Amino acid sequence: MTEKLLINALENEAIYIFREVAAQFEKPVLLFSGGKDSITLVRLAQKAFYPAKIPFPLMHIDTGHNFPETIEFRDKLVAELGLELIVRNVQDSIDQGKVKEESGRYSSRNVLQTTTLLDAIEEFKFDACIGGARRDEEKARAKERIFSVRDDFGQWDEKNQRPELFDMLNGQIQLGQNVRVFPISNWTELDVWTYIENEDLEIPSIYFAHKRDIFMRDGLIWSASEHVFKDDEEEVEERMVRFRTVGDMSCTAAVDSYAATIREVVAEIRDSSISERGARIDDKRSEAAMEKRKQQGYF
Amino acid sequence: MEVLKIATAGSVDDGKSTLIGRLLYDTKSLTDDKLEAIEKSSKKKGYDYLDFSLATDGLVAEREQGITIDVAHIYFSTKTRSYIIADTPGHVEYTRNMVTGASTSQVAIILIDARHGVIEQTYRHFFINNLLRIKSVIVAVNKMDLVNFSEERYNEIKADFEKLVEKSDYEDQNITYIPVSALKGDNVVEKSDAMPWFGGQTLLEYLEKLDTVNIYNRGRMRFPVQYVIRPKTEEFHDFRGYAGKVYGGDINVGDEVMVLPSETRTKVKEIYFNDKKYQSAARRSSISITLENNVNVSRGDMIVKVNELPRIEKAFTAKVCWMCSKPLVAGSKYVLQHGVNKVLAKVSEIHHKIETDFSGVDTLVSSLQINDIAAVSFQLNKPIFFDAFKEHRTNGAFILIDPQTNNTSGVGFIE
Repeated sequence: MTEKLLINALENEAIYIFREVAAQFEKPVLLFSGGKDSITLVRLAQKAFYPAKIPFPLMHIDTGHNFPETIEFRDKLVAELGLELIVRNVQDSIDQGKVKEESGRYSSRNVLQTTTLLDAIEEFKFDACIGGARRDEEKARAKERIFSVRDDFGQWDEKNQRPELFDMLNGQIQLGQNVRVFPISNWTELDVWTYIENEDLEIPSIYFAHKRDIFMRDGLIWSASEHVFKDDEEEVEERMVRFRTVGDMSCTAAVDSYAATIREVVAEIRDSSISERGARIDDKRSEAAMEKRKQQGYF
Repeated sequence: MEVLKIATAGSVDDGKSTLIGRLLYDTKSLTDDKLEAIEKSSKKKGYDYLDFSLATDGLVAEREQGITIDVAHIYFSTKTRSYIIADTPGHVEYTRNMVTGASTSQVAIILIDARHGVIEQTYRHFFINNLLRIKSVIVAVNKMDLVNFSEERYNEIKADFEKLVEKSDYEDQNITYIPVSALKGDNVVEKSDAMPWFGGQTLLEYLEKLDTVNIYNRGRMRFPVQYVIRPKTEEFHDFRGYAGKVYGGDINVGDEVMVLPSETRTKVKEIYFNDKKYQSAARRSSISITLENNVNVSRGDMIVKVNELPRIEKAFTAKVCWMCSKPLVAGSKYVLQHGVNKVLAKVSEIHHKIETDFSGVDTLVSSLQINDIAAVSFQLNKPIFFDAFKEHRTNGAFILIDPQTNNTSGVGFIE
């Protein structure tokens, strides 16, 4: 038996939040994207309920434009840990005529996910959706609560949020409402990477430097793929890159990198001078881009 | 890595956002794209300096009005530790946000504009830091550049603030004074050349040297049970783990404990964190424990050491800070959440409103409006297991939930 437990404040806070979710809600779900933040969430949930299994399923809103490496990784993780996985497809929402595919140079399915997500919440009657959003990612997220109440339409009313005092989390809601829960709210990008390193967690290969066909646009590195609109004059070249976030291929830019191991990635992040969302094309649309999407029910 | 949470408070124009922006800038925490956005925006507004306040003001409405309207969280780290700043607005109508930000912080920064000195707002900020029992308070006298970096002016303000401290009943509080210019960067991260007369530490130096063990108010060990883990697998067939967070002091294997409300005595058998067993766990650890005897324990129960019993009562008086536009009136009923335990509470009496300016004037009121603080008595449907807030910063606090709207309507600090 080891002597005294040494704690990591952020990890302990996240475990506390997971247990509050399991105790206060009837049908929680963990929103899983296959990215580093949701992989971290799965690890924290395991720790929160050991030796029992994670008492809720995972759900992936699949845009159909994911990196294939991410999907492969997702299926492997779920199988290894014996977790339940629900997948809902943006393609189905398009086929049902609920949303319309964007067209043109900056077209992306990122915004369309919201409809698929809200439909899935209604279908399964989920009352708590656990997500990996962090307050340091973006200005609008800096004001997000740990338990963030969404109305019947999945919308976020940022001016009328419940105060969160000490560590008391109020999960009481009315029928039809749901709560978005963010256990790693207070983590920074570096905290997540350090945790992945310390816990020796497996992550999708696109987080590490690899050779990829890319083209340059607006000073950002875009992945050349059938899912990404490209002009004829935009030239494709092969380059050593890696991804700092894993979103859709159509909205996630790569960064030049030779970091091939987790240790090198952590070192790179520590010295990096571009913030993580600087490589997210969806946020560049306008200064208030994220806030607008959140009000409409985005993650 | 240790994480230090800091609450900032200041009036609308005393440069709070600029101070935070300066901390981020001088610790190289602003990334190129963020800096670029700040430069662009400052230029657009016609400033010949960098408007760091843009680094923190998040919501569109705020950008339009140029003020902070909610609690925003800002992150930065040094080689020593990680910092989280809860940036709370300073105007009088936002007591609720200040209380919220302070409730999760261990350190507070109170900003004073050197030109205006100690004003009514300063009283209110200090009062709330006192009410919330924040152990370390930094009084940053800002805009020293606008008073010619005058030592005399700084001493005047310090003397005024010290008079305020004399009215405080919180003797363990540590108060530190620092003259700064957030705009120019004096004494924020770098020592000021313009104020050689100041021999103390810069703001960041002070934060870096704070002893994170002693910034917490110690109390008795409390273990409120959050969740019962029952795996029902072959290997763990009869396993019953009581999951929760440790508050106040350490918990150890072999401790003689009592489970409340059943008052059953037993001993701590095992302490788990994930799949490992430990001999002992400190406060703030999220662990699960097993007990020697097969006792009935459920969420909301509390495990305490047998010689450190809390108060077990159905009625008490608390200072309440009201946070909801619907006023609090005598006779109304709320769900009272004390830690993870919920009971029904009836407001039996509103005693008097407490002015937050140390004036000591207590007005009799019949209702509590949003941002008011008052002494209120409650009657509960079941006893809860609590300590006075002054003796236990976590086990002495509760929130009130409106049963109609489910909103968190107020917070209480038990007397």
